Amino acid sequence: MRRGPSWFNITAITLGFAFLYLPIVLLVIYSFNASKLVTVWGGFSTKWYVSLLSNQGLLDAAWVTIRVALLSATLATVLGTLAAIALVRFGRFPGGTLFSGMVYAPLVMPEVITGLAMLLLFVAIGFARGFWTLTLAHITFSMCFVAVVVQSRLITFDRSLEEAALDLGCPPFKTFFTITLPLILPAVVAGWMLAFTLSLDDLVISSFTTGPGATTLPMKIYSQVRLGVTPEINAICSILIGIVATGVIIASIVTKRREVERQRAERLALQIG
Amino acid sequence: MAGKSLTAGKSLGPVRRAFAPWNDPAAKPFIQFQNVTKTFGDFTAVDDLSLNIYEREFFALLGPSGCGKTTLMRMIAGFEEPTSGHVMLDGQDLVGVPPYRRPTNMMFQSYALFPHMNVWDNIAFGLKQDGMAKADIATRVDEMLALVKLEKFARRKPHQLSGGQKQRVALARSLAKKPKVLLLDEPLGALDKKLREETQFELIDLQVRLGMTFVIVTHDQEEAMTVADRIALMDQGKIVQIATPGEIYEQPNSRYVADFIGDINILEGKVTSTEGGVATLDCIGTGAKVQVTQDGGAKLGDEAWFAIRPEKVSISLTPPEDPSVNAVSGEVWDIGYLGDVSIYHIRLATGATVKSTITNTTRLVSRPITWEDKVWLTWSRDGGVVLTR
Repeated sequence: MRRGPSWFNITAITLGFAFLYLPIVLLVIYSFNASKLVTVWGGFSTKWYVSLLSNQGLLDAAWVTIRVALLSATLATVLGTLAAIALVRFGRFPGGTLFSGMVYAPLVMPEVITGLAMLLLFVAIGFARGFWTLTLAHITFSMCFVAVVVQSRLITFDRSLEEAALDLGCPPFKTFFTITLPLILPAVVAGWMLAFTLSLDDLVISSFTTGPGATTLPMKIYSQVRLGVTPEINAICSILIGIVATGVIIASIVTKRREVERQRAERLALQIG
Repeated sequence: MAGKSLTAGKSLGPVRRAFAPWNDPAAKPFIQFQNVTKTFGDFTAVDDLSLNIYEREFFALLGPSGCGKTTLMRMIAGFEEPTSGHVMLDGQDLVGVPPYRRPTNMMFQSYALFPHMNVWDNIAFGLKQDGMAKADIATRVDEMLALVKLEKFARRKPHQLSGGQKQRVALARSLAKKPKVLLLDEPLGALDKKLREETQFELIDLQVRLGMTFVIVTHDQEEAMTVADRIALMDQGKIVQIATPGEIYEQPNSRYVADFIGDINILEGKVTSTEGGVATLDCIGTGAKVQVTQDGGAKLGDEAWFAIRPEKVSISLTPPEDPSVNAVSGEVWDIGYLGDVSIYHIRLATGATVKSTITNTTRLVSRPITWEDKVWLTWSRDGGVVLTR
């Protein structure tokens, strides 16, 4: 039998990756363009990254975005984890199906509708729109993602671990923090990162729920692009890509290393046992 | 860990032999189930059950899956509350006491070792909950590690241990708090056969030496017979028989017990005489009269079953000389060679099959009795039992 990839496979992979990454690669390349014209290559330069630092509008927007993302991701993680525990642990309770359906609804709800609904609510209760309404809206839509991630971990969680802790004299509340939480922590962290990323790049819901003085980076970029794409935008996008890529790479290295460690330990145990 | 025993020195035989508080009317029960019923929806897991377990007893709850044995144990641990009735431990009513305040500890079937803690911290976990001084915890943990011979593994995480080592850690962890009762939920189910058998004897030694009350849940009748002082055989939420392993094997009180424990021949019949402590059955199965010693359970005219273990049926090629002995003739239908014993299936003239085991005392060169031989089966009056239900 012939080994190695066929020409067909190589072509398919090349086309697939090009489709996914060519726009991003172009964006990164043009962020180093010396020319002010986005589509004309004028030599290598890092001046757009430098000028970024003096663009107060963009820096302000970045600061708002990070604060909203950190706060909303953290609160969404707490709420989402609690919701996941309620869904998995309380078994069947009246209205349980409805409750789980309601938690997941924002997953499939069009963002425009969520955004509009939030806007109407804030207007109705007379909540001044700005940083806090933005944060609340982000918690609302990212919470269900956390719930889904944590729930899938909890379903495979061995309940006898908690029973063992109770049996050994540990009260339920303490059991949650000493046994359950440390063991589901990877899922909770994954949920947090998901919520953080979602908050970081949300445009639609943010546009509906924000107010004066709370413009996020995606909103700022979007409004600037409408006036014409500048190489500065390319630069800030490249930075964002860099941050996200670094995060993903670190996460996968850690996971991989832990897996290798675990396999080594299991081999060791077998040799001795 | 093969070959290493947890205990060394003198045999514990005399201690075990003398122990029988259940025959002593003055003995106070340590664990008491009083008319306990537990229902899950419309399923009755435990049905109006009463049971006494005595201090220092090794008690086995045996039965098929779904018979309620695990629910019964979980009610002692506090993971289930009875729907009605009372569970008492050492004179104290346990109903309403949460599991973390009960003086019992459990060894879980899955071991339930905390994967994010090493062996040392797993064993210390329960002690830390009691607010014990650090130095005392260290002493006790080291003591437990020595008990299960895992001193060198104190810093290992559970996933770095073999199955047998995990089982020892789980045992050490559940013993560390010196519970009044140790509950063992299918504790050896995950071990291979050889290790399981060794560990069974280690458990017995440990239980006698520590002088603790052990309650074990198992579906493995050999395991129950090996370790337990008494066995409660359960079926559909009720106890069918409570007895010592010897009694439950030799004197089953029903066909269910006889059939569940070990191998047995059960043949239907009718009681035609009960004179002098001997019941005579007109046995439909064997097509002959069968005489069995009994203590009056079977009444004249009762429909009854004659039950006899295969090892108590002898095979011979000639009819018995003593005409008073129970005998029936048949033909060798099948032979199962198991190495230590051979199981003979004898087809009788009535069409019934009776099993008989022969110990292979010499290396098998040729079979003295083989397929299609006409043989006589004989057994003494004390060999079998007569069952009325």
